[in-house]
Amino acid sequence: MLVPCLIVFALFIIWPLGKSVSLSLHGSDLFGRPDAFVGLQHYRDMLGSAEFRHILWVTLAFVLLTVIPGVLGGLAIVLLLEQHIKGIRVFRTAFALPFAFSVASASVIFATIYNPAIGLANGMLGRFGVDRVGWLTDPSWALISVAITTVWMSIGYNVLVLSAGIGAIPAEINEAATLDGAGGWRAARFITVPMLGPQLFFLIVISTIQSLQGFGQIKILTPEGGPEQSTKTLVYSIYHTAFANNASDFGAASAQAIVLLVILLACTAIQFGVLERRVHYK
Amino acid sequence: MRNLTVGRVITYAVLIVAAIAVIFPVYYVIAGSIMSPGQISSYPPDLFPHGLFTGNYKGATSTTAIGRQYLNSVLQTSVITLSQLITSVLAAYAFVFMKMWGRTVLFGLFLGTLMVPWESIVLPNYLTITGWSVGGERLTASYAGTMVALVLPFLANAFGVFLLRQSFLQFPTELRDAATIDGCGHWRFIRQILLPLNKPALMAVGLYVFLAAWNQFFWPLLIGDNASRRTLQIGISQLNDVEAADPGLILAGVTLSILPTLAIVIFGQRFIVRGLTAGAIR
Repeated sequence: MLVPCLIVFALFIIWPLGKSVSLSLHGSDLFGRPDAFVGLQHYRDMLGSAEFRHILWVTLAFVLLTVIPGVLGGLAIVLLLEQHIKGIRVFRTAFALPFAFSVASASVIFATIYNPAIGLANGMLGRFGVDRVGWLTDPSWALISVAITTVWMSIGYNVLVLSAGIGAIPAEINEAATLDGAGGWRAARFITVPMLGPQLFFLIVISTIQSLQGFGQIKILTPEGGPEQSTKTLVYSIYHTAFANNASDFGAASAQAIVLLVILLACTAIQFGVLERRVHYK
Repeated sequence: MRNLTVGRVITYAVLIVAAIAVIFPVYYVIAGSIMSPGQISSYPPDLFPHGLFTGNYKGATSTTAIGRQYLNSVLQTSVITLSQLITSVLAAYAFVFMKMWGRTVLFGLFLGTLMVPWESIVLPNYLTITGWSVGGERLTASYAGTMVALVLPFLANAFGVFLLRQSFLQFPTELRDAATIDGCGHWRFIRQILLPLNKPALMAVGLYVFLAAWNQFFWPLLIGDNASRRTLQIGISQLNDVEAADPGLILAGVTLSILPTLAIVIFGQRFIVRGLTAGAIR
């Protein structure tokens, strides 16, 4: 009964994992297909290259620009929703809506809004007399614009997770707080936020992982990795290195894929490590 | 009723502003899709449609391959969802109800596959699948072959196994033993007792897998190599390149593409929350 799963995992996850490592140790022919064994050459090239350092830097900036606003924004919304407001279900559904949008649909909508000539973003700025912004064409704005799109996509999920976390806080704790005279923001500050610790931690890790894997929004909004490569993250670079016209190189791309794997495994290890400690603490 | 203090007014005001910011792109995609070309690119921008203009929908369905791509996506998503449900039920059943050698190790291996990011194994998978041939022809050279290549790596996933295992573990062992003694075999037990009792978990897995498959971007971008073989997500992202001067038509295409997932998020929210937060709440 485990056989169907095992076949799929073996063929499309485990074997490719080994193949990725082996590809990263091989060079590429004119068509980007693997040929001679080159050992650690790709890794040496990467470590010595200013371009690769730039890619890592863009990747880190993208993570920070998406995870911090996404998690804090989600937390702010959930805390506001907790203040016994009316129409909470309507608000909750409203905040969950972005979750229905795929990476492609969200990116295409934002591409329309960011359109330099007829887009809404510049149109609205123009109304207030502010100069046009090159949302996706200005190197200092492109990554921020892509990050805004990503935060919009993730906020629905963050609200769902934190709402569920609040629902799991035992009612007695809130009652005790009310009896002691801690209502509204005091309760939020000293009870709700600390009790949401595990969910917040989970969201930070999960958002970091998703951000590191972000690809569609970058490919659609800034097809060439952005002006002056300002949106070229690690994942985009893997794609670009493997499938670029005329310069396809599966070997070098696989070495980058292994770097991505190591970074993501480290994130997961941190998650498990901390969760483990929490369980023991309880 | 609670009295309306300054604090509560601010709470509502902030929530409403946040809700507008989050919902605005959702509103704009629908409103823009029924605006005439003149209206949507007017300056200063006009946010409210003047009546219902259907030309964008006619244009999107007649001049592009969206109709065909919709079918491709429905096919791809249905096969993936159905297959993952079946393989996950079988594996979860084995992990919970069958005593076998190395069960813990195998389950650890299953969970381990969840930690491998798709982006780090996509290149070898691409080389493997595009390298296969059927009857002397490349697999991806035919329409049917392309569809097979689209779904093959995703026919099983450990996430569904993990979630269903959690749910099956709730089932009392004594009942299972009683059923066995009464001569109830594996298949009958699964079909007549286990599945009906685990409908919420099955719904959660089904909807989650459906959303993920419908929204896939990276793999379908590599596999479908002409318009009639692409999935909807790739189709709408390319509208963005081809029809950039006609935002109304692009938004009509996007609106059509999000209808199924929007319905799931609005009507299936409680199941989704269960699936999504499975990792967050322990």
